[in-house]
Amino acid sequence: MQMLEEYRTKSYRQHLRPPVEENLIRDKTAIVGIGQTEYSRDSGRDELDLACEAIKKAVADAGLKMSDIDGLEALTLDRVSMPTLIGSLGIENLRFTSEVSFGGGGACALVMHAAAAVASGAADYVVCYRALNEASGHRYGRGDGYAEYLKAAPTLHYGYYFPYGFLTPLSWAAMYTKRWMHEYGIKLEDTGWYSVVLREYAQNNPEAIFYGKPLTIEEFHESPMISAPLRLFDCCVDTDGAAAVVVTTADRAKDMPHTPVYIAAAAQSSPIETEIQTSYNRPVVAGLPETWYVGQELYRQSGLGPADIDVAQLYDPFSYGAMIQLEELGFCGPGECVDFCQGGDRIRVDGELPLNTSGGLLSEAYIHGVNLITEAVRQLRGTAHNQVTDAETAIVTAGPGLPTSGLILRK
Amino acid sequence: MPLEYIPGIPILRPYVDPDNQPFWDAVDRHEFVLQRCSDCDVYFQPPRPMCPHCLSMDSLEWVPSSGRGEVYSFVVFAADRMAYPGMKIPYVVVLVEMEEGVRLTANIVDAEPDEVYIGMPVEVTYNSPMEGLTLYQFKKRAS
Repeated sequence: MQMLEEYRTKSYRQHLRPPVEENLIRDKTAIVGIGQTEYSRDSGRDELDLACEAIKKAVADAGLKMSDIDGLEALTLDRVSMPTLIGSLGIENLRFTSEVSFGGGGACALVMHAAAAVASGAADYVVCYRALNEASGHRYGRGDGYAEYLKAAPTLHYGYYFPYGFLTPLSWAAMYTKRWMHEYGIKLEDTGWYSVVLREYAQNNPEAIFYGKPLTIEEFHESPMISAPLRLFDCCVDTDGAAAVVVTTADRAKDMPHTPVYIAAAAQSSPIETEIQTSYNRPVVAGLPETWYVGQELYRQSGLGPADIDVAQLYDPFSYGAMIQLEELGFCGPGECVDFCQGGDRIRVDGELPLNTSGGLLSEAYIHGVNLITEAVRQLRGTAHNQVTDAETAIVTAGPGLPTSGLILRK
Repeated sequence: MPLEYIPGIPILRPYVDPDNQPFWDAVDRHEFVLQRCSDCDVYFQPPRPMCPHCLSMDSLEWVPSSGRGEVYSFVVFAADRMAYPGMKIPYVVVLVEMEEGVRLTANIVDAEPDEVYIGMPVEVTYNSPMEGLTLYQFKKRAS
């Protein structure tokens, strides 16, 4: 229980572990290429097709040839067959592959594992990718269709949820959100600004699913309640599409076309009694200990703190999923994130902490968080649609409420 | 409106393996048991083969629960989207903190959604949504 004790007393960074002077990843590895397909509600293509396009673009963006790529990194949830993908890409000899579990919680870990691979010399250029037809194909986020192909819950712990009609990520998140609102006295009528600001960002991003479709705070509050306390516009947007990034060493990055985006820190966390979005048996349900731990580890490795971060890309499967992370990462105190987002000014592009500047998973696209990494890279290159002036550092996180991961990137 | 099922749509069964079989076998007999380490006197949920505190694999036992607890949190399934098609909306899933300290989820079978609150006293009951399937559930209890 030491982990939870550290979490409760918020003592870890100050007392328990020394800062990192140097490691093999910090500032010695970099993201050098990004690529993405069109983000749509119905791609009309299969996921292999989407993956090929995003990877091809990322490799070209890095100024590389496909034959330079010798590592591939994916999520275990990705349905693209990696051997088939390798054949389509024409990679002659792949030296390194790895898969990260825990769904969207693994998004930043893709880059972490790729960085470890290039730092160790296991590979020179590793592509991390995610391709999914989440809108038009099988919607694991929705839960319908289960009756047709499942007779029983898929795992032991889900056996306690599925028979009760409790089988969607949104509703699992609603359970900890309700408890969090109860403990901190959050009122439903005070919420909504997070969703409104993200939709504003999407109005300047032609790639966003919600480009051309603004949202007012009144429309937010009129939107239907889905899994109370969560409304329709608290939810992310199911998307068809793919995104990819190329990781290499800082030495190689110096001679490549774009400003290198260095990896200042990379971390994963799976605290005790963590289930996949249903961690209801640890003492703290009203919070996200895994995100807190990842944040502490990122700050410890990078030597940076919340005040040093210029722009944040926080995984938002639903609004509170990102907002509570603001508390866990130290951008505001416990129970203060709704106040932090009130009126929206602090999280807008010229605010204290520009947040999910492409529109995030709520309003740009749901590419399982890999599109948050590509947006952080654009911010540090200075090429974002909603560009934060002189952005030099970015924090990126992966799915909250399950084993998760995070990155601090810098110019 | 009490909990209602839509006829013709199967309810998903719990996944049963050697670690949780004693729990679901007891539910079939309308008994409610929880897993405990007799050395540490600590309860766990979900069940597991080893005590995470003392790492004993021999001291785990299934003990009768009081069946009583309080609502720790809850979700109201208010729209067809995201609800299970075999259950009539609105339905409620409650997370209940049992007197033994562990928390379990189930439906509340006899309460309107707006009656449910955090801290509400509840107790275990049982239902049978379809032939050959018995589930534990929660119902209201006087405090």
